[in-house]
Amino acid sequence: MADSGVTDGPGKKGEIERVKNEGKELSKEEKQRLRKEKKQQKKSKEKKDDKESEKEKKPGGSTATVPQAQPSTQKAPPAVPAPVSNSVPASEVAVATEKPTKSKAELKAERRARQDAERATKQTKKGEPGQQGATGKPKAPPSELLPVVKRLSEHVQVDDPDVLKKLAKKLERQQIPLRSDYGYKVSLFSHLHQYSRKAPPTQQLSIPSTVIHPAIVRLGLQYSQGIVAGSNARSVALLHAFKQVIRDYTTPPNEELSRDLVNKLKPYISFLNQCRPLSASMGNAIKYIKKEISNIPSQCKEEEAKNKLLTSIEWYIKEKIILAATAIAHSSIEKISDGDVILVYGCSSLVNHILCEAYDKQRKFRVIVVDSRPRLEGREALRRLVQKGISCTYVLISAVSYILPEVSKVFLGAHALLANGYVMSRVGTSQIALVAKAFNVPVLVCCETYKFCERVQTDSFVSNELDDPDDLIVTRKGKTQLAGWQQVASLGLLNLVYDVTPPDFVDLVITDLGMIPCTSVPVVLRVKNVDQ
Amino acid sequence: MELQAVLMAAGGGSRMTDLTYNTPKAMLPVGNKPLIWYPLNLLERVGFEEVIIITTKEVQKMMSMDPKIKVDVKMKLDVVCIQEDGDMGTADALRHIQQKIKTDILVVSCDLITDVALHEVVDLFRAHNATLAMLMSKAHEFTETVPGQKGKKKTAEQRDFVGVDQSGQRLLFMANEADLEDGLSLRKSVIRKHPRMHIRTGLVDAHLYCLKKAVVDFLSENKSISSIRGELLPYLVRKQFSKTANYEKIKDDCEDQTQKKSSTDDEVVISSRDESLLQRAQELSCWNDHRGDMSEAYHGGKLRCYVHIMEQGLCCRVNTLAAYIEANRLAPKLFEEPAVHPSSVISERCQMGSDSIIGALCQVADKTSIKRSTIGNSTTVKEKVKIANSIIMHGVAIEEGCNIQGSVICSNAVIGRGADLKYCLVGSGQWIEPEELAVCVCIYMCVCVSH
Repeated sequence: MADSGVTDGPGKKGEIERVKNEGKELSKEEKQRLRKEKKQQKKSKEKKDDKESEKEKKPGGSTATVPQAQPSTQKAPPAVPAPVSNSVPASEVAVATEKPTKSKAELKAERRARQDAERATKQTKKGEPGQQGATGKPKAPPSELLPVVKRLSEHVQVDDPDVLKKLAKKLERQQIPLRSDYGYKVSLFSHLHQYSRKAPPTQQLSIPSTVIHPAIVRLGLQYSQGIVAGSNARSVALLHAFKQVIRDYTTPPNEELSRDLVNKLKPYISFLNQCRPLSASMGNAIKYIKKEISNIPSQCKEEEAKNKLLTSIEWYIKEKIILAATAIAHSSIEKISDGDVILVYGCSSLVNHILCEAYDKQRKFRVIVVDSRPRLEGREALRRLVQKGISCTYVLISAVSYILPEVSKVFLGAHALLANGYVMSRVGTSQIALVAKAFNVPVLVCCETYKFCERVQTDSFVSNELDDPDDLIVTRKGKTQLAGWQQVASLGLLNLVYDVTPPDFVDLVITDLGMIPCTSVPVVLRVKNVDQ
Repeated sequence: MELQAVLMAAGGGSRMTDLTYNTPKAMLPVGNKPLIWYPLNLLERVGFEEVIIITTKEVQKMMSMDPKIKVDVKMKLDVVCIQEDGDMGTADALRHIQQKIKTDILVVSCDLITDVALHEVVDLFRAHNATLAMLMSKAHEFTETVPGQKGKKKTAEQRDFVGVDQSGQRLLFMANEADLEDGLSLRKSVIRKHPRMHIRTGLVDAHLYCLKKAVVDFLSENKSISSIRGELLPYLVRKQFSKTANYEKIKDDCEDQTQKKSSTDDEVVISSRDESLLQRAQELSCWNDHRGDMSEAYHGGKLRCYVHIMEQGLCCRVNTLAAYIEANRLAPKLFEEPAVHPSSVISERCQMGSDSIIGALCQVADKTSIKRSTIGNSTTVKEKVKIANSIIMHGVAIEEGCNIQGSVICSNAVIGRGADLKYCLVGSGQWIEPEELAVCVCIYMCVCVSH
């Protein structure tokens, strides 16, 4: 039962609680199925345990209740942060993936062992972990229609040396240089990467880069230096680079394009991840391309296959980004009435597009652009709107509560929309939404469907991005106060990039499928999955 | 393939004829390695596997015989020979090898000794999709007395004026003092786009350029440009701000004959496939390289020139005698090699300073003192010789009791017993009479001075 990561032993209670937390209902058939699977697992565990007992160093009893693989239990990562939400699955870092069920049970056992000091030394029974582990721990694995083994991605486990070792090994195999973290990390965020812009990812790459396609190296540099920033821009640039890669690709002899090209793309994606963590939109674009590549029939000739892929990429951009923007603009313009005062935050390409379109359609409104350090992206939004002819006001985020009485609507862009309805966007967005809610100003989030993500988050700590802390340093009148921040032991600089806004603060999400409430995001996701 | 390396080694060394009348500049020994070895080593360290070397037949012959190059350099060297008469400029040479060039190129000069992190220059070229990215360094004053010159005669070096923008990376203006008649004039279009410009004069051009392939194609159409540094670079820097630079945007999508026509009108055509997609990504991105005005990133210009200015580190161009001496002192510090070659025989009673290096197969006798000097391969130094601040090339024989200070002795020379040379330059194969005293003299062409 290698695929039933879900049903590795949680009792009925745990199952229901878990499911409740996800807002789904378990049918009777599902419950029965789960029961059956549990029984089958117990049997398979017995078999595996017998095998393991031979390898076991510990002299423990080799009877029916064979010990769990103690070494792997000890290796399993220590306290996963408590506020992790439901469907963040149990991490199985150091445990072999052929025994997912076992690992989940081991983790539960370990957790109990920590609670119960005596049990930590004894061998735990197979059946017990299942029933007693489900003491409402919020770390139950996700239950979807198809039980899928989900792993915590390595980029939120940076403080775990085993994960880092694994990553280093993987990068070494793919011949990509490992980018080292920089500076002191604030303890709450020590599980995230923090890179410095002064140490570019190309430092250890050979100059006529042979391992990585030049278009990808260029793209990675542009990401890490911030030249291509913004969810849509990054996706479009990524697809452009992939088009170059596909154009220059030749199938090696005795290989199939559908398999080889996907393998060729993997190191590129690792490299881009090293330059800057991938965004949700980029992740979806990559999934799409990989699917398209694997769907190429084997008898297709190379030229034809490449042309097919190039057209499908062009189709994706046209439909998911360009036409989606047009559709969203069309819907949003209905929401903009004459005399409106619209508040925007930062620079969202979609919101700028909407406002420019509305201006073209002769709507009379004015815009208040809210900006924040250190990125000061609002200046770019301001430039584009003023160039169009829209009358704008510019404030910093600290003045938001002062100008909100004037505002009639708030338009926000999104980096990603999470499966529980939370909006992940530039840091500061949740503040704006909060204050707007306090003033009863409607908040409208504009987001294309290709940015919808199956992740679930309820806070901004678990998964985020740390930008270069030196960006926070500013020189005024010749003095740089924070220049020596690394020498001060108790000082840490934190430059967060994203935050999540709860759906209670968002009144409407405008997507290319229409205007939906925030809580309907999982529906859209499900529909998308069924489609594909 | 991303970049092709082109090494220009056909230069004659016109500013140090004393050294180069016998040995071509590319093969002059610096720190007991031929000068051309340094840029080759730089390229090899960074990861190049092939280099196109443009040079003369003589240099090619010497390179094939030189042990250092044959053994140390693992890259594939594609040597292209050109005539030695010196009429061919660097741009002419690029035109000559146009058939071999398939991608963007990295042009290096053979007389560059540097420890720059090359990725800094190439990253500018990649990240900003630049047409030109070059390397410059802060110039250092040469403090050593130059042999053969009486007194510190400073030749009136023509200054280079280099204008960069606020970030110090974008190249806005480049002119040599010789080209400016009575003043430095800046175009209004430049100042309108970049109101803050830093103009620097104390910079040394390292002659390391990353150029787009379109530039090479442009060169093949415009046969009037013959030097990269003298003509092509100022042209590219000026063209960044010309009105037609914005014209390119309109013609972008069509990759047909109309663009070829415009290229003959002195246009460097920069376009790539899927240009519209790249343009769209730039429009969607919330980044701008400047602020304060209403224009988009890069002011909508397609042609961009960037420069990386090295503030620290070694970057030295060996094109004058003073630079040659400086290089001999600094170059050995770049590499962790033993000061004394293992095959040399040095007697115990020889006082060798830590700054000196001794080449292969040398023989140094007792009671000698060697300070801050470079001694080449197969040199014999007899007893009671004092060598200070000097450069001795290969195959030199120095008899007993000589005193050599601040001098340069070229290969295969013989210094007679008891000779006293201060700040002299002894040419190749010369023979200095015993008991000779010479101060600040260039000795070549069989000129002997006896006292």
